[in-house]
Amino acid sequence: MRPPGQTLNSSKTDPPAPPAKPAASAVEMGARQREISVSEFFTKNRHLLGFDNPRKALLTCVKEAVDNALDACEEAGILPDVVIKLEVVGNGEPAPPASQASRFRITVADNGPGIVRQQIPPIFAKLLYGSKFHRLRMSRGQQGIGISAAGMYGQLTTGKPVQIISRTSGRTPAHYFEVQIDTKKNEPLILEKKQIEWEHSRGTQVTLEVEGRYQKGRASVDEYIEQTVIANPHVKLTYLAPDGETKELARTYAELPPSPKEIKPHPYGIELGMLLKMLQDTRSHSVSGFLSGDFSRVSPRLADEMCKAAGLSPRARPRDVHGETAEALYKAIQATKIMAPPTNCLSPIGEKAILSGLYQQIKGEFYTAVSRPPAVYRGNPFVIEAGLAYGKAPEPEGALPEKKAVPLAEGEQESGDHELARVIRYANRVPLLYQQAACSSYKAVLDTTWRNYGVTQSRGAAPAGPMVIFVHMASVWVPFTSESKEAIADYDEIRKEITLALRECGRRLGAFIRRRERAHSEHRRRNIFELYIEEVVESCNRLKGGTLPVAKLKEQLHRMASLRTGGAKTDEALGKNGSGPEGLPHSIIVTVDGVEGEVPEPVEAEAVEGNSTNGASAGDDKPARGKRGKRTRGKGAAPRRAGKPVRKRAAGKRRTR
Amino acid sequence: MASKTRKPSAVEKKLIGVADVVISAAQKRRDPTLAIPVRSLSNVSFNERKGHLEMGRRKQARSFFNVGMAKKFMQTVLVADALCELQRANLTTSLREIYYRTKHTIKNSHENTLDTQDESDPLIEDLEVTLEALREELHVRAENAGSIVGPLVLVDDGDQVDCARLGKGGYSVPSIVEPEYLQIRRCTADFVLLVEKGTQWNRLSEDKFWRRYNCILLTGNGQPPRGVRRLARRLHEEKGLPVYVLVDNDPWGYYIYSVVKQGSINLAFESQRMAIPKAKFIGLSSADPEAYGLPRNVGIKLNDKDIARARELLNYSWFQKKPWQEEIKRMLSIGLKYELDALANKDFQYLTKRYLPRKLKEKDWLD
Repeated sequence: MRPPGQTLNSSKTDPPAPPAKPAASAVEMGARQREISVSEFFTKNRHLLGFDNPRKALLTCVKEAVDNALDACEEAGILPDVVIKLEVVGNGEPAPPASQASRFRITVADNGPGIVRQQIPPIFAKLLYGSKFHRLRMSRGQQGIGISAAGMYGQLTTGKPVQIISRTSGRTPAHYFEVQIDTKKNEPLILEKKQIEWEHSRGTQVTLEVEGRYQKGRASVDEYIEQTVIANPHVKLTYLAPDGETKELARTYAELPPSPKEIKPHPYGIELGMLLKMLQDTRSHSVSGFLSGDFSRVSPRLADEMCKAAGLSPRARPRDVHGETAEALYKAIQATKIMAPPTNCLSPIGEKAILSGLYQQIKGEFYTAVSRPPAVYRGNPFVIEAGLAYGKAPEPEGALPEKKAVPLAEGEQESGDHELARVIRYANRVPLLYQQAACSSYKAVLDTTWRNYGVTQSRGAAPAGPMVIFVHMASVWVPFTSESKEAIADYDEIRKEITLALRECGRRLGAFIRRRERAHSEHRRRNIFELYIEEVVESCNRLKGGTLPVAKLKEQLHRMASLRTGGAKTDEALGKNGSGPEGLPHSIIVTVDGVEGEVPEPVEAEAVEGNSTNGASAGDDKPARGKRGKRTRGKGAAPRRAGKPVRKRAAGKRRTR
Repeated sequence: MASKTRKPSAVEKKLIGVADVVISAAQKRRDPTLAIPVRSLSNVSFNERKGHLEMGRRKQARSFFNVGMAKKFMQTVLVADALCELQRANLTTSLREIYYRTKHTIKNSHENTLDTQDESDPLIEDLEVTLEALREELHVRAENAGSIVGPLVLVDDGDQVDCARLGKGGYSVPSIVEPEYLQIRRCTADFVLLVEKGTQWNRLSEDKFWRRYNCILLTGNGQPPRGVRRLARRLHEEKGLPVYVLVDNDPWGYYIYSVVKQGSINLAFESQRMAIPKAKFIGLSSADPEAYGLPRNVGIKLNDKDIARARELLNYSWFQKKPWQEEIKRMLSIGLKYELDALANKDFQYLTKRYLPRKLKEKDWLD
């Protein structure tokens, strides 16, 4: 059988005379051939986009909406303030409890630049429509599928349209749209559009109704939100969970990441077909001009060199280059030594911000973060960042005595270190929650020999211990293993960078663990006599029939003990003389006595804080709603706001593993 | 035992001495230190004249103000305290109960004084040698692991025990058999037969071998415990009975015999009260299979451990007599060991009816 829809003429050898009655004639078969719209394709193959089961679908919808919101705010230079709301929809009946519900209304609102009216329908109801696909610039979204696919999923499972409210400034009205997608044509259908009153001066709000399942735990919406906040400490997030809980995740880092620049493709990153297309499309009149003008890192001199190597005149018209000449040019390009692509197209999170995110969200004793210098795979620049949170937070004073009441029985051991480390993975600041085992970053974690750094690890497993490992890849084009963006493909260059970053984290962790061990053993040494003196004196007293001057004997022994354990030296080893975590750059150490290292500064928060539903105090600087990824930008400015500092490390906001 | 108002016993005074070490050292601002005799082969010598093992003079210091030893020192004092408590209450107890008695969590910490019994057991032995007090005197007993039957009347806690009227089962030998606990009222036997294994002891007891040959049958079910050894020694010493030892023909059997005769390496300090230098090795000898026609197929091939152990025995100074060197070398050259049970190959009662009678008649034993 011939694959349908192909015009490649492959009937080289006609088969022998067909049997008497063919099942279908060529004409009949030809009549059945027709175009498939991309939306029809994805309706049937929604698992490719992350809608394989109701639980994952709910997460994917939230994720697409939030990714777009953050991309829009950052591109417009606005510190993002996002509200996520999940509500159970009863569908006529009284709403069931969140854990049993099968239908949800998702609302995501941002304070972004808003979307101009004409662009709203295609952005939300046309697949593969967007601003990000054609640019080489780091962003969360890449393809222009996400939010419209989420809308299409909602339409498919509940029949409800996507509702959008967007406003670009206080002087323009807010627009309300209800749109659906015409899956046959992959075009938006506008069901409703009107101007409405909206309490926010700027932003976008999108509401989807979808079939889904809400369940906490691994790869849940809650986990996605927590992980998002770790990698995006500049975001303020309000999350209204379907079970009625409200989580306020404050901004802990007041600086917007630097806006990445758009770059031209690097010659190493293109394939022959791509080169042919670019040759046809270019506006340059000469091959030399084309090479230096349409690619990054190609100087006119280098362009001439390439032409020469390809046996081509630098003046040749690009449109005349095809076939073998084009191939020769392609080979010449690949053979020429070209500088690595510029890296200002990337906006890594930065060591400080990672530290801040980990420190705020995860309880531990030791934190560190590493940003690698940019590297390149297939002509695409990328940056790997890794971080690590280790240990259990020191117990607050009050909690200690209780623990003492339960001494260990024979054969029992101090519990704890059996759990495996948790790996949290990101690509362009977006948490990756599925397909961990297929991901290059997870493989790099397994490949790292953590035992060298004082952490236990069984063969082929993640390291054991109270530890969270953070891995982030920032790139203009993150190579995902599938459209649903769940795992990073395993390129050697990428794996190598991840491994190097993890090793650096590991070395610092090892230094910390060793230092802590040393302090512990010094501490022990000092305490050992103190502890045992009690026991020895008590026993002696009983031996002597209770007639011993106990206090005097104790005092004599204590005096001898302090003579035998150094004073100042021990203090130094215990780090009590105020020296910081020396030799450990970009790290934080938490002890009972306090915190040392690059502790994040308290953050300036917005004036309006904590009012999640955001009713009352309307004002210019209150969080507005809305944004969307594939959007044309509104004219919103990016006022950086000053306000009262947010409480540092409010207890409820940090999670334990 | 009947309780009485007591003045401190000698042992109790010795235990209190541990506290005095700490107190006087503290007064003199010295590190409290206990000198503990070393218990290993290197500190043991064979006294040929007396015929038993003796402990050397080497001692190790255990001091409190030494990070490596502080805990052990503390534990030693704790155990001494518990032992003293036993003395005062006039109770006896087991090693395991001592462990539980001394185990608690140290004040202001998560640390236990002891974590396992393996930590407390050696401390008790340390105290035994340091204070030169037998374990029995410290009121620590082992399980009753021995049996005795024969023409013998004992008094245990005031009860008369006639060991000739206890059926096949006999009397279970307590672990403490010192004269103040167990008295020998009457004994008409001609000799003591100490059997390694309970199986053969049962056979002999069932066949009333002791009545026919007027002897006392004693077993320790393997390596004889202190109670059994001490009782055998008392019968030997107080009643002048010769002691014959019947063990398997393997290196472990030889060693059991030597423990009875000269004392053990680990407890060398007790040999003077335990050892029976005149004990005789009655069998199984490596010459017996041939003499008694035991077929080769009831032997067991010596494994590497057996061979290594036999070579060690050859080097011990108390195995240097010519007949013993021959005995062990013969076993090595045959390459087989024989269990006592193998005698059943010829007849269930072969041991009672043929083997022992012939041995005794021929006086076929090793010294």
